[in-house]
Amino acid sequence: MTQPIAPANANAWILGTRKGAWALRRIADNKHWKLEEPWFFGCQVHHVVQDARGAGTLLAAVRTGHLGPTVYRSTDGGRSWKEAARPPAFCPKEEYANSSLGPDDARRQGLSVDHVFWLAPGHASQPGLWYAGASPIGLFRSEDDGVTWSAVAGFNDCPTLAQWCYNFAPGTPEGPKCHSVQVDPADAKRIVVALSGGGIFLSEDAGASWRPVNGGVAMDFAPPKEDGSEYEFGHDPHDVVIHPANPRRWYHQNHCGIYRLDWKENERDARWRRIGDAMPKEVGDIGFPVTCHPRDDRTCWVVPMDGSTVWPRTSVGGRPAVYRSRDGGESWQRLDRGLPPQAWYTVLRQAMAHDGGNPLGLVFGTTSGDLWWSGDEGDSWTMLARGLPKIMAVAAVRLP
Amino acid sequence: MASVRVRIAALLDSYTGGATEVEVEGGTAAEVMAALDRRFPGLAFRVIDEQGQVRPHMKIFLGEEIVRDLATPVPPGAEIYIVGALSGG
Repeated sequence: MTQPIAPANANAWILGTRKGAWALRRIADNKHWKLEEPWFFGCQVHHVVQDARGAGTLLAAVRTGHLGPTVYRSTDGGRSWKEAARPPAFCPKEEYANSSLGPDDARRQGLSVDHVFWLAPGHASQPGLWYAGASPIGLFRSEDDGVTWSAVAGFNDCPTLAQWCYNFAPGTPEGPKCHSVQVDPADAKRIVVALSGGGIFLSEDAGASWRPVNGGVAMDFAPPKEDGSEYEFGHDPHDVVIHPANPRRWYHQNHCGIYRLDWKENERDARWRRIGDAMPKEVGDIGFPVTCHPRDDRTCWVVPMDGSTVWPRTSVGGRPAVYRSRDGGESWQRLDRGLPPQAWYTVLRQAMAHDGGNPLGLVFGTTSGDLWWSGDEGDSWTMLARGLPKIMAVAAVRLP
Repeated sequence: MASVRVRIAALLDSYTGGATEVEVEGGTAAEVMAALDRRFPGLAFRVIDEQGQVRPHMKIFLGEEIVRDLATPVPPGAEIYIVGALSGG
């Protein structure tokens, strides 16, 4: 999901696509929606997020085919956008010359940001603080509301990072990614990131040090370890959510299943439990997004995709559906009323979101450029927009 | 320091304000790019990445020659072209 906490009184969705970003605004009669003129037309928009902490700043992760990656910001609800004065960038390779990194560590050859993939506001107590996850894998932060960005040194310079993330190799389509960046609402020093591939990592000291949190997660794409132990890292999380109403509960859609983790106090060896085992076997539990109800820690939604054979990543059996759990993943309900009986699209990890409302509005965008909305928590779906470029991200926003 | 004429492709209009031809001073390609960035903040990073490499889909020409090394000397009166590379079918 694009962000666990939506801005109050959201009145529009922003769609980040392969060819620009569009705002879809709810019009006065509260029944219809209006698609507005695009921002960043022709550019790849991987993520757009509005700060729900009060200032309402919008940040957009934008990449043009030629000019490389950057971050744009708007402080007037999208009327105007200004590029970050210092966008996220890795440090020059020369800075690693005398470091303790291994001789083959890719950072010694120099990393360049290909695209900013994920944007996340910092803790509610730290206005103006943002995080950005990048491809190749890197974590950046801004302390001035997105104007200038610098590396999170405790992560980007971590000696074991290359070991965790396959030495930054491009194992996933369109490159390795640092995503699902979130700050624990209950503890500003507790930050989680997910690496595709690499796994889930937690910092409990505001980013200075990190440790893997992958116990219990399957890794079907690697042979069993000879000593029978688990892999500590190297997994492929697709989407991780710290539940906003219960930060001790995390949900996680992985390349190898759907998981839930319930933290206990002072627990170092917390383990994920595969709640996707309760999905119908013929559907499976592979997908990209997991979206959590902002007020109910037992309710979440996933969009299963075909992860069989050569991994088509399309609607299972050509029959699109969302699945909802009301009991923390112990059971799942198929939700396909209104969706086409036959289609083969993919819903990417940032392309499902809620609006925080009551009743809760949900949307998902497809790689074939359609946007689907539900005003009844997924019981039924209505198409709001079609014919757009590949939808890569959706987010609820409050526009003037 | 020598004055150099730089022709800039339209895909950088949002940085140049639409200027397609400017004169700056510089004795190397790197100095020319630095001078451009002072006049049009942010432009250089759209052409050269954080490792000092020309971005994969951008090209800098000195006359008809592709500039691969930013230390390349730029003679007085030379013309530099900054263009988007042919990429895609």
